[in-house]
Formats: sequence, structure tokens, C-alpha cells
Amino acid sequence: MTDGALPLIWRKFGERYDLDGNFCETCKTAYFPARTVCPKCRRKGKLVAQKMPKNGKIVSFTEVFSGPAGFENEVPYFIAIIELENKTKLLSQIVDSEKEKVKIGAKVEKVFRKISDIDPEGPIAYGYKFKIVE
Amino acid sequence: MAGIIGYGVYIPKNRITVEEIARVWKKNGKAISKGLNVREKAVAAYDEDACTIAVEAARIAVKQAGIEGKQLGAVYVGSESHPYAVKPTASIVADAIGASPELTAADLEFACKAGTAGMQMCMALVDSPIPAWLEYGMSIGADTAQGRPNDALEFTAGSGGAAYIMGKKKEEILIDILDTYSYTTDTPDFWRRQHAEFPRHAGRFTGEPAYFKHVIGAAKGVMKRVKMEPKDFDYAVFHQPNGKFPIRVAKMLGFSMEQIEQGLTTPHIGNTYSGSMMIGLASVLDKAKKGEKILGVSYGSGAGSDAFVLEATENIEKKRHKKSVFEMFEEKEYIDYAEYVKCRKKLKSL
Ligand SMILES: [Zn+2]
Repeated sequence: MTDGALPLIWRKFGERYDLDGNFCETCKTAYFPARTVCPKCRRKGKLVAQKMPKNGKIVSFTEVFSGPAGFENEVPYFIAIIELENKTKLLSQIVDSEKEKVKIGAKVEKVFRKISDIDPEGPIAYGYKFKIVE
Repeated sequence: MAGIIGYGVYIPKNRITVEEIARVWKKNGKAISKGLNVREKAVAAYDEDACTIAVEAARIAVKQAGIEGKQLGAVYVGSESHPYAVKPTASIVADAIGASPELTAADLEFACKAGTAGMQMCMALVDSPIPAWLEYGMSIGADTAQGRPNDALEFTAGSGGAAYIMGKKKEEILIDILDTYSYTTDTPDFWRRQHAEFPRHAGRFTGEPAYFKHVIGAAKGVMKRVKMEPKDFDYAVFHQPNGKFPIRVAKMLGFSMEQIEQGLTTPHIGNTYSGSMMIGLASVLDKAKKGEKILGVSYGSGAGSDAFVLEATENIEKKRHKKSVFEMFEEKEYIDYAEYVKCRKKLKSL
């Protein structure tokens, strides 16, 4: 994380640390990340803050062999699209999981990890990753 | 009176054996492992640190307590490996468990005993009429302890942590705290200066005048206060810089192997520093039944010990964790020394 990106990232701490999203009470749909308007209900939608569930399953995944800047030392690693128990989807790194167990349908649980720590004198970015649970 | 209403343990998945470390430095691994009574140690992953360990332990504790993060009025994190020199770990933990913003928080450091110092602070805050709004307090001991490569400490310095929540509602208390007592002196047995990457220790000096003197001082002090003797306890847990010291100190005090076995965790995960006694205590709580008495004594170099006399209530039997600490020891993956160097960033370019 660079110092310049700090204000932007700081505003997302709730999202990154604890999956803070929101929920439209009109059409009963959960959103992650939080939306400012419900795309289905528009002005009729009533959005309230809601934490997303910490469990879900893998719906798609890929193994990364050539990571972006800051992730060079972590390759190879898995990233996956995860469908949470409330049907919202998010993209996350998969950690602490045996290679053979990373597959579509595998059950996963949220963990708290360092996302980026590239500058030894800079701020550390923390947030969610997921691991496979039996 | 304040008591423990919830607790949680987190141990990273990676393990390195003492023999693997000894292989690299051409030492006799079998003899070292036997001498220290440590088989392997837990190693934090590349993307883990004392803060992520603290958050995982805290989340388990909050869930067991059956409270919401925002009900916590205090969060203290004791560690000697806080990720920042300046910038609290505690505020990150508080935010990650939903405790922010109405709470007091701070980082503590007292080598391996800052987490138990935080437990005492939470007990006092929970029982104090000021601040009246403070109902629950949490103290965490978490470390990703580092030993200098090829130093004796490298065989034992492990990663892990535990969180304890204090409350005072009788119906919520899992473990009553009958008394606590501390013993502190200025003893330079182990230290790490600002900007120094690895701690230094005073070799043999870390034994008699340091660990043994303070653990015995605190244990005897608290037993005298509650008028109890070793035979009155069902369990005892001591800080575990290795697997040998706690067994020896137990003998010196008059405790049997049966009383300390359940709380001996260092042989499986190494010395988790601030987490050590707190994880050992959690393992005892996996088994403790209503009315059983526990002596817990931490030790932090520099030097001091906090002793606690605890008694399990019937609530612990109802709210016991599904996964025991000993089961956590078995959720592991072995790494070799090269991976260990990467995980713990022991190469300058990492
Ligand atoms: Zn809607």
C-alpha cells in the first residue's frame, strides 16, 4: 500500500476487515461491496448496512503464477470467485489450503490476513482472504 | 467479580521441526529436541503477523462469549512482535472485530507476559465503577517470535496467540478468577533494542535468577493469598519458554506431571511468547469441569510473572469449544528451513 492510496483504502476498512456490505429491504438483496443505490429498485430501494456471512463456496478459481507488483513472493497462489451464503460474490485469495482441495464447490471460510506489505516503512494493508474448510 | 466469559486460540498452520533447523546448522537435532522437550514450532505464514493472529483469536473469543464486538469496552494486545513500532495493533484488532469506536485500546509489551498484564487490566476495569459503561474487556497475547538464525532461541521461538474476554455477569462467567498476584523486578535476561531485528539473551542467566525466581515468586505469592497449596489444584499452567522449564518449575513448587500435562503446549508449537501461558490455559479449559481449580503463571523477561487462581464454573461445560487446542496442534503442514526463511522474512530482500 502506498501512502497516496491511504484515504481511499481507509474508507474501505469495514469492507476489507469484516465484509461490510449492504442489503436492500425492498427487494431483499444483499450487496457486496455496498451499493449507493439498489440497481433493481432504484429510488424505491431501501439500503441498510449489513455484514456479509463469513462462509461460502468456490464457484470459480485460477492459480496465479505471475502475480502483480507486491505479490511476486507469494506465487503460485490461488484466487477464487466465492459465493457467500447470502449469494453475494467476491474475489479473494485462497490461503492455508492444500492444492488438491481447491476446486469448484469447495467450502470456504473468511480469514484475516495481510493483503499488502511491500514498503518496510509504509503502512500495512490488512483484509479478508479465504481458506478451505472440511 | 470479573471472570472469563470467552476465550479463543489461533495457531498458524505451518510447522518446522527442531531437527530441520538443526540440520541447517549442522547440530544434533535429536539431542536438542530431547533436551528442550520441543518437537516442532508453529510458524506464521508469509501474510500473517501478530495482528492477524490476534484478530483470529479475538473473533473466536467473541463468538464463544456470545456478545457483539461493539460491546467490548477495552481491547489490549500484548506482544513483543507488534507489526508497527508506532501505530497500535489494538486499534486494528478492535476495528476488525467490530468493537470500534466506543472503547479504550492500547498495545502492551512485557516480553512474554504482556497478554496476562492486559487480563489484569481488564479485570480491574470491568470491576471498577469508572468507567461505568465498560462492561467487557478483552486482552490478547499474540506473537510471531523471532530467534536469530543459529541462536538457541531459534529452535523454540514460535507463532500463535490467545484472547480472553472478561465480564462480570455471573451467568456469563465460564471461569471465576479467585485472585491474581504479580512479582516484578528489573532483571536484564532478554531484550531487543529499537531497530534491532532479533532479541538478545543472557544465556544461562535466563534460568535461575529470571524464569524460576519470578514464576516461583508469583506462584507462591498467589497461593499464600488464597491459602491454597499445590495439592488443592486440579491443573497448573506455567509460561513455557521450552518444554523443560515448566516441568522443572512445577517440580520445584510441588506440582505433579498430571497437573501440568494438559497445559503443556510448547513441545507441539514452540514458545509462542505472549501467547504461551494463555494458550496453555485454553488447553486446560478444554478439559476443566465445574469446581476444578487452576493455577496459571505467566513470565515475561525483564522480568515479571502474573499469577492467577481460577475456578471453572458450570458454564464452561455448556460452552466448550468444538475444536480443542490439542486438535489445533494437528492441523498442520510441515515446511523446510528455506520456506521458513521466506515466511518469516529472514532474508534482507524480503
Ligand atoms: Zn432493491
